[in-house]
Amino acid sequence: MSKIDDILGRYREGSHENLIPILQDVQEAEGYLSENAIISIGRFLHMSTTKIYGLATFYDRFRFIPAGRVHMRVCNGTTCFINGSGAVVTAVREALGIEPGQTTRDGRFSYELTACQGGCNEGPVVCVGENYYTHIRPEDIPELITKLKSLADLK
Amino acid sequence: MQFTIEVNNKSIRAEKGETILSALNRNGIIIPTLCRMAEFTPTGACRMCVVEVEGRDRLVTACSAPVEEWMKIKTHSPRVIRARKTIVELLLSNHPDDCLYCDRNLDCELQRLSDEMQVRERRIRGSKIKPRRDQSSPAIVRELSKCILCGRCLRVCEEVVTATSIDFIGRGRYTHVGPAMDRDFNFSSCIHCGQCVLVCPTGALHEKHYLSEVQEQLSKSDVTRVIQYSPLVPYALAEELGIKYNRDFDRLLNAALRKTGFDKVYLSGTGTDILITEITNAIISEENKPDRKPLIVSACPAWVKYCEQFTPELLPMLSTLKTPQQISGAIIKSVVPVTGDKPRLYTVSVTPCTAMKFEARRDSMTRKGISDIDTVLTVRELARLIVLYGVDITNIDPEPADEPMELRSSASLMAESAGGITESVLRSLAARKGEKEADKPAVKKLRNTGSFRETIVTIGGISYSVAVVDGLKGLAKIKQMLETGATYDMVEVMACPGGCVNGGGMLPAGSKEAVRQRSRFIWQTDDQEAVRGPEQSASVADLYGRVFEQCSELADRQLFHTHFSKRDVLL
Repeated sequence: MSKIDDILGRYREGSHENLIPILQDVQEAEGYLSENAIISIGRFLHMSTTKIYGLATFYDRFRFIPAGRVHMRVCNGTTCFINGSGAVVTAVREALGIEPGQTTRDGRFSYELTACQGGCNEGPVVCVGENYYTHIRPEDIPELITKLKSLADLK
Repeated sequence: MQFTIEVNNKSIRAEKGETILSALNRNGIIIPTLCRMAEFTPTGACRMCVVEVEGRDRLVTACSAPVEEWMKIKTHSPRVIRARKTIVELLLSNHPDDCLYCDRNLDCELQRLSDEMQVRERRIRGSKIKPRRDQSSPAIVRELSKCILCGRCLRVCEEVVTATSIDFIGRGRYTHVGPAMDRDFNFSSCIHCGQCVLVCPTGALHEKHYLSEVQEQLSKSDVTRVIQYSPLVPYALAEELGIKYNRDFDRLLNAALRKTGFDKVYLSGTGTDILITEITNAIISEENKPDRKPLIVSACPAWVKYCEQFTPELLPMLSTLKTPQQISGAIIKSVVPVTGDKPRLYTVSVTPCTAMKFEARRDSMTRKGISDIDTVLTVRELARLIVLYGVDITNIDPEPADEPMELRSSASLMAESAGGITESVLRSLAARKGEKEADKPAVKKLRNTGSFRETIVTIGGISYSVAVVDGLKGLAKIKQMLETGATYDMVEVMACPGGCVNGGGMLPAGSKEAVRQRSRFIWQTDDQEAVRGPEQSASVADLYGRVFEQCSELADRQLFHTHFSKRDVLL
């Protein structure tokens, strides 16, 4: 039985109210919402894939392409923004050549912009897995990415 | 229960339970609305209809708030007018402002509101939406930069069409309307019915135009140009051009089409007559079999695509007959003589439908890669063509259409209203069995309202059980009936509620009552016309008696049949 069938087995068929919990479980298990997952969920809940996709895109939390082996969460909260997170995001975008939410072609990197991560006095903050990188300046980004690249290659 | 409320310092009568808007409208006060659609639950999303209610701090949306006895309402106070104007200005803040080049120029609700609110400058500037023009569908174009996110299209798609092919995608200023996985239309479950086009207030959704293609062909000297039009087109065109329709109009249209440069003018109605004849044949050949299955009519191309996607289990029962347009198309491409100096044949069809544009492109509608119908125009496009070529349709002499498809029966006009094909087939059955008319009260049941109608009619000692699905909402009922073991001889399905009279290529009717009015016109015409069925039509007799016999391709009538198969799209 696939992971998705496993998840769906825990819910009642046709129960529209369980859509968001199901989407969360699938994302947790697979790292993103694949087209096949959305089709399976649609069949199970008797819902149009259009509706599921429409709802899922409303929330930043849901991804539709697999995340990179290294996933960077760049804080875009108010304090980090005032401390220059905009320039940091531009630097990340230039270094990786992708937009927030996208994944690099080699599958190494992806990044997203988040709301406040709670490190306001240390901002701008970039979070990778359990590690927080603080007081990040745009000029730090190339070095950080080189460091993370070796981490990605280990995975 | 009625009570009195105060509106603009005057008393008006209101009904308990109705909305403020309906009470105001009934008393001669117009409130601008945008996201509202008659006969739908109000959402109060666009806020255009706000009014001031004494004792409430905030403005109240008239479309969704129920009227209450204590209310003192101001409908056009400075505060209300300022709020409405700001709403329009906000909607315009990221609008492309290319009205001059827009499909809906002079016919746009946003443009009209902006004029009504006297917006004369761009006060609020927002970043423009990235232009994205989805031209992938053969029938419907989506222009995202013109969308104001009123949500009418997706509500119609879900609640009326039941296809749910489009929804809001994303959030905030990135919100847009699109199919699953943000694909383009051609990869979606869209059935091209065009109901969304009818409700779009701006130019964000419109039919795909083929006028430049037609113009190009009209300008060539080596092409034989043939046009056919559906029985409803003359009436719909008069409506579109704002001319009062009379019985002569059909023949005026023939003349107008010749003046725009078409060599031959045919009636799709003759094709409808052939369809009715063939369905009648099919029913007669089945009627004595004990385990007969219902024949599901395939005359609606939007329904056919819906069936291929959503209900493939019904495909074996779906009639393999083509639609009237394609039957006529097959005849045209087989028998129209092409003379020496005009060796190429170009065929156009005018219909009240957007799905026909898609249908004409189906693989199974082509022979050796050449379509039977080259271009399909909606009534709206035809009106533009006639205006473009400067034909004054009110000031020309009427002309007949061309042989061999120059006449139609009133039964073929009936087919434009939901239930009409069934009625016509029952009429034909009666004629074949030597009865003057099928059981009238029983047949009349098919003209009732509601998305599912059924009746049993006895003709020549055999009782025929028939059902009509008027709008795809009725499909659930027929599926349920078939599951419980009910048997039908014939089931007619029309994707648009009301039938072709409410088609995506028509002038938007705006309400169920207006759609019904068009059906009533059809029934009246049917009562008045002399040729009431294909059996009486000289064109049908000529086609079956002479034309089909003389043409090797048409002799076995296999060209009138097609095939359907399960379609794999994201549902």
